[in-house]
Amino acid sequence: MNAAAIRPPRRWVWVLWALLLAAVLAVAAVWVLNLRGEAPVSDVLPLAPASAQTVERGQYLARVGNCMSCHTAKGAAAYAGGRGIQTPFGTVFTSNLTPDDDTGLGRWSADHFWRAMHHGRSRDGRLLYPAFPYPEYTQVSREDTDAIYAYLRSLPPVKQAAPAHALGFPYSSQGALAVWRALFFTPGATPAPQPVSAEWARGEYLVRGLGHCAACHSPRNAWGATRGGGNDLQGGLLPLQQWYAPALTSSAEAGVAHWKTEDVVALLRTGQAPAQQASVSGPMADVVFNSTQHLTDMDARAMAVYLQALPQQAAPAGGARAVAASAETLRLGARVYEQQCAQCHGAQGEGSPGAFPALAGNRAVLLGEPDNLVQLVLHGGYGPATVGNPRPHGMPPFLHVLSDTEVAAVLSYVRGAWGHGAAPVSTMDVYQRREARR
Amino acid sequence: MPCLRLLMVLLLLAMPPWLRAATPESVPAADDMAPRVLACVACHGREGRATNQGYFPRIAGKPAGYLYNQLRNFRDGRRSYPAMNGLLEYLSDDYLMEMATYFSRMDVPYPAPQTHNAAPATLERGRVLVQQGDAVLGVPACVACHGTALTGVQKAIPGLVGLPRDYLNAQLGAWQAGQRHAHAPDCMADIARRLTPADVSAVSTWLSSQPVAGGGKPAAQLPGPLPVACGGLEGGVR
Repeated sequence: MNAAAIRPPRRWVWVLWALLLAAVLAVAAVWVLNLRGEAPVSDVLPLAPASAQTVERGQYLARVGNCMSCHTAKGAAAYAGGRGIQTPFGTVFTSNLTPDDDTGLGRWSADHFWRAMHHGRSRDGRLLYPAFPYPEYTQVSREDTDAIYAYLRSLPPVKQAAPAHALGFPYSSQGALAVWRALFFTPGATPAPQPVSAEWARGEYLVRGLGHCAACHSPRNAWGATRGGGNDLQGGLLPLQQWYAPALTSSAEAGVAHWKTEDVVALLRTGQAPAQQASVSGPMADVVFNSTQHLTDMDARAMAVYLQALPQQAAPAGGARAVAASAETLRLGARVYEQQCAQCHGAQGEGSPGAFPALAGNRAVLLGEPDNLVQLVLHGGYGPATVGNPRPHGMPPFLHVLSDTEVAAVLSYVRGAWGHGAAPVSTMDVYQRREARR
Repeated sequence: MPCLRLLMVLLLLAMPPWLRAATPESVPAADDMAPRVLACVACHGREGRATNQGYFPRIAGKPAGYLYNQLRNFRDGRRSYPAMNGLLEYLSDDYLMEMATYFSRMDVPYPAPQTHNAAPATLERGRVLVQQGDAVLGVPACVACHGTALTGVQKAIPGLVGLPRDYLNAQLGAWQAGQRHAHAPDCMADIARRLTPADVSAVSTWLSSQPVAGGGKPAAQLPGPLPVACGGLEGGVR
């Protein structure tokens, strides 16, 4: 003990106390925000199996929500989880949704399942990572959630534990997740503007909720949150997948305001809309294959009507042609096009309706982000086999056939030919995307 | 010639249906399929015939059950080759079977053998492994399953001749490394894991230096009972 110990506290000590108090308040705020609106949860499991009708309805809704795509590992049992979802923060492994007691939803009550879908919290109270699209599923009704729960409980149980998430610190901590949720997640439906019609309202429910279109088609901020409000459905890069989900709010990208409703329905249910020379590929082929092809005609129409009514962005200012590629690049591109592309897509990019899409005037060719074009040329792919189009045509992978320079040249050629004025694609653009997929 | 063609059509119609079903003439939708499989021929060559250059295997004339199994293996991730895995991801069993059947009925000539002037000792080791196997290693002769002429056996055992050496090496290596799986029991994985790198190379070298007998047609039946249990031999052929 010396004299210094009994002197009155210095100013910095007060500052320290103030900071501590602020931290405690922040933690309390995060805590409260994370528990918003949560009702007490019952652990009671259903005594009797749900009615066949409820199970069937749940199966349909699980299709609409496309639970299977993420919750099934390649070639493994459906809904048994274990698929790794890569995010910029690490890999999140999907959980087992079959009713196995130890590794699946066997001990989950309907309340637990509702809390996961609506509040993003697991049975044991852990916060869930928003790779599980609960920011969208939170808009799903209790009745629909219960039906999905009934369906999942009707599946044969599969004993398969999901691998532990591979996330770096601090993303691996529940604290970081709590802060994220306090900032970016609000449970419950966002108040809708005036519903245009019952059909529109149904479409909104499907697009915004179960369909979770915004998970891909909305831009994400640096913290991986889809920005709501004004940026909604304005197109988003799929982190690490090197695909761009085009804007649903722009006629220059994937907006459908100017389409016939039947064409939107056809695209959702068959994977192609020949009248619009449109077809799906990449992650959207997955969505059509596993989800939207199963939509009832009424639901597909409702989604179409809603998508057509989305507020459209002003068309990008025309006239300003991008800097053209060099004459040498265009010569190489024209040669590659003639050798590799013209057989299917036509000498003038006219395509062959229903089989090979036209490239001339095709907005997918002219997107600002070249990701999808590079992916398509490097990796190719068949369209999804659907009831409406069971024998789709395919694009070969050119990964082993064309060099990065040739891919860049042929893409620059098609983006500049036939009256197009889109920016050329560089060899570096191709190289980066080729390497990123390895 | 039109008379001859007419005669053939009449003969075909006179044949009992089970014989008719096995003939290439009965391909129902060849004109319709050709544009649908253009995505395949970019690598596998015109009509799936490949070439004697490069890596990509010939698919023309292989047993439909074998091709179907491989298409499903690629789609479902049992066989790992990113270009194939991505290409087929969203296709149905029915459509894959249709593709397999289409290529199995392709009857196009084989190129000359790829490998020339290999070292005699390597060739001899390869020949012995292929034709006699190695009892010490527990490796059966390739001919016991893949047919005396090594052109495969209906419905799901592939031919081994007329393939590039690099491709053969890569497949045996993929089985050893767990990159390629067949339906259980995965007999080829067991066999490949018993081979040394030198043995793999000898087998691939010898096989890729052999001419293809009898137009490469798969044999109708196995030469004898299978020496090991193998999965997927029905090849899903319905």
